[in-house]
Formats: sequence, C-alpha cells, structure tokens
Amino acid sequence: MECLIGIRGKDFVLLASDSVAGRSVVAMKKDHDKMFQLSSKLLMAVSGEGGDTVQFAEYIAKNIQLYRMRNGYDLSTKAAASFTRRNLADYLRSSTPYMVNLLIGGHDDNDGADLYYMDYLGSMVNLPFAVHGYGSFFTLSIMDRYYKEDMTKEQTLALLQRCIDEIHERFIVNLNSFKVKIIDKDGIHVLKDIRPTTKPPVEAEGTQQQQQLMDTA
Amino acid sequence: MSIMAYNGAAIMAMKGKNCVAIAADTRFGIQAQTVSTKFQKIFELGPRLYIGLAGLATDVQTVSERLKFRVNLYELRENRRVKPKTLLSVVSNLLYERRFGPYFVEPVIAGLDDVTSEPFVASLDLIGCPMVTEDFVVSGTCSEQMYGMCESVWSPDLDPDQLFEAISQALLNAADRDAVSGWGAVVHIIEKDKVTTRTLKARMD
Repeated sequence: MECLIGIRGKDFVLLASDSVAGRSVVAMKKDHDKMFQLSSKLLMAVSGEGGDTVQFAEYIAKNIQLYRMRNGYDLSTKAAASFTRRNLADYLRSSTPYMVNLLIGGHDDNDGADLYYMDYLGSMVNLPFAVHGYGSFFTLSIMDRYYKEDMTKEQTLALLQRCIDEIHERFIVNLNSFKVKIIDKDGIHVLKDIRPTTKPPVEAEGTQQQQQLMDTA
Repeated sequence: MSIMAYNGAAIMAMKGKNCVAIAADTRFGIQAQTVSTKFQKIFELGPRLYIGLAGLATDVQTVSERLKFRVNLYELRENRRVKPKTLLSVVSNLLYERRFGPYFVEPVIAGLDDVTSEPFVASLDLIGCPMVTEDFVVSGTCSEQMYGMCESVWSPDLDPDQLFEAISQALLNAADRDAVSGWGAVVHIIEKDKVTTRTLKARMD
C-alpha cells in the first residue's frame, strides 16, 4: 500500500514517499520517513516487507559509509546502485531474501543527477521518473504526459502535486501526506510535506431542488 | 504466471553473408505494467561478439555481469579474444552449474570468429543446452511468432543491408503480436570491420 515516487529534474532528483506506516488495516504512524541517507548526496527510498526494508537500507547505508572511510571518497550513484542490486540479487536465492522495492536518487560530479529504480528481485533501471506501489498505476501515465527533461524544481513539484492529487482521488487507501526530499549538487534538502490539494465539495445536480421540495413539504 | 514471462522479451539473431545481426526489444515491464522502454538486453563481450539475454530481468543483469567476469578472466589468461564457439561453452557451463536452481534466462549468441571472420549464431536454454544453427535463432516470450517471421523473411547469404531489413521486420512484427514484448527495439549489424547499431521506430504499445 506504500507509494514511492522519484522524478529527475535539471541537475537534481526529487524523491517522495508516503508517510503512512501501516500494518494490515491499521495506520500506526502518519509521519513516517521511508527514505534513508546513504551518503551526503545519495538517498534511498524503500518499501516492501516490514523489517526487511529498514534492515536492508541500513546495511547498504553502512557499507556505503565504509567505502567512504576506506577510500576517502564517495561511491558514484551508479556504483552505489549496482552495489545495492548485487546484494539484492545475491540474497534472492538465499534462504533470507530481502523483499524490498527501492528508488535510489543521487548526484555526482561526473554524471549529474541520476534516479535508479529497483524491484525486490534485483532488476535495476535508470529512469527519468519512477513509481513503486499501487500508486504507479495512477501516476505513471500522468508523468508520461507532463514530464519534460530538465524541469525546474517548481515544475517538478507541480508534477508531483498532480500525481499525489490523483492518488488521493482514485486510490482506495488514504495516503494524505508525502515526505519530499531533493538531492542536488549541494546535498540532500528536506522539503515540506506535500498533501493533496483540498477541493471544495461538489454538489450533485438537482440536490438543491430536492432540498427545497423537502423543506416546503 | 510463468517466471520466463514475468518481464517479457523478444530476442533474435540471424546469419548473413560475412555478417551477423542480433536484435532485441527494449521493454522492461513487470507483468502488465511497462516500467522502462530503454532496457538493455544485448551485451557486448568482444568487438564482434554479442550476447542477447531473454527472461527474468534480474537474471539477465546477473548473468551478463557474471559472464563478463568470466570472459575478462579468460582473455587475461589466454591473452586473446574469446571465440564465439568457445563463448557458447562458457555460457553453457555457467548455466548448468545452476542445474537445480537455474538462472531464468535463455541466451542468444551472435558474432564473427576473431581470426576467420566466419559468422556464428547460437542459442541456449535456461540450463545451458547449446544449439548452433546455420540460419537464425530466437528467444523470448514470442518465440513462436519469431520463428514464423524468421522462416518467412530469411534467406541465405543476405548482405548487411538486406539482413538489417529482414531482422527488423521479423522482430517488429513478432513483438507486435505479444503483449509483453516490444515498446522499442535495437538492432546490431556485425560485419568484419564495423558494427552498426540502430534503434527501430516501433509501436509503443
């Protein structure tokens, strides 16, 4: 029921995740952050099996930090994503596979901003925009229609707002708050939570007349 | 739900006169949903040697990485490029090692011999059974459709341009009859002195 959204803009990547932590039919926490900082300019959003998500994310984050300590510089986004993929693929055929779907957004000096999509089996793709979860069925078409290369931060946030509004409109599960973070050449910036735009309630045709009739009766 | 049809793919290779062609669709999808239209399924293992991998996307990536590792070590030890026929045996060994827990890929190999420049195409099943043919090989979720198309458009001794037309039409029309294949296509024409890579304008549905 979780939704992760990633959009690549001009020299930055925007990652958004819903902030509901739920078990079965209960929403336990409404302001949960599903994104993990792997390094100063690498962010990973995770969804999937409870426990696996945090364990796997922390394992990857610590190993990325270990590389930095050993070598003195950060892994590139592509290398970090490949490392993550290798781990997911290796564990897939073990007795303890990780059921984690994730998005990795990062910025480095050679390749600029990059967004990687990975499913729990370990298939990895570099994409301009990506969505995990049921939300993908509602939002990918919207992004196909309105996404352009090299959008500004404002344009990307507007696109994200459209997507969140559509999820709120048509997805049966209430995801009314998304945590949003941006990764650019200056690092990771936390933006304000995004909520669906509240629309005024639509009155059905004829209800006013019906109400008048009932009042006079 | 078949594991080999979870992501979907269409790959084929054809022999021509002193040339070979290898082509693949570029869809990455998860069952009915298309996630990417630029997914790489053909990998270069030598200046005139290519392998295409159809099947489960994670295994396509894992096998291509492990295979590249083996080929690199081979070339370091032998101090020469691997021959297409030898690559066939390397892949067969890699896959059979996992006989009772296989990689869900069905590879297709196309290349020119490094010394004699003789054309070579071959394919394998997911547990490494090798098959060398004199005309063409196909692999993927629409293999029946691809067999039909290849049988119709292929003839022996096509020159590079004719071969390009033949393999392109065969792949495009076969993939159009398969729900989980298509969404873009790439073709490599391998000749003695150059490799031409073209992306096809395909139906994006």
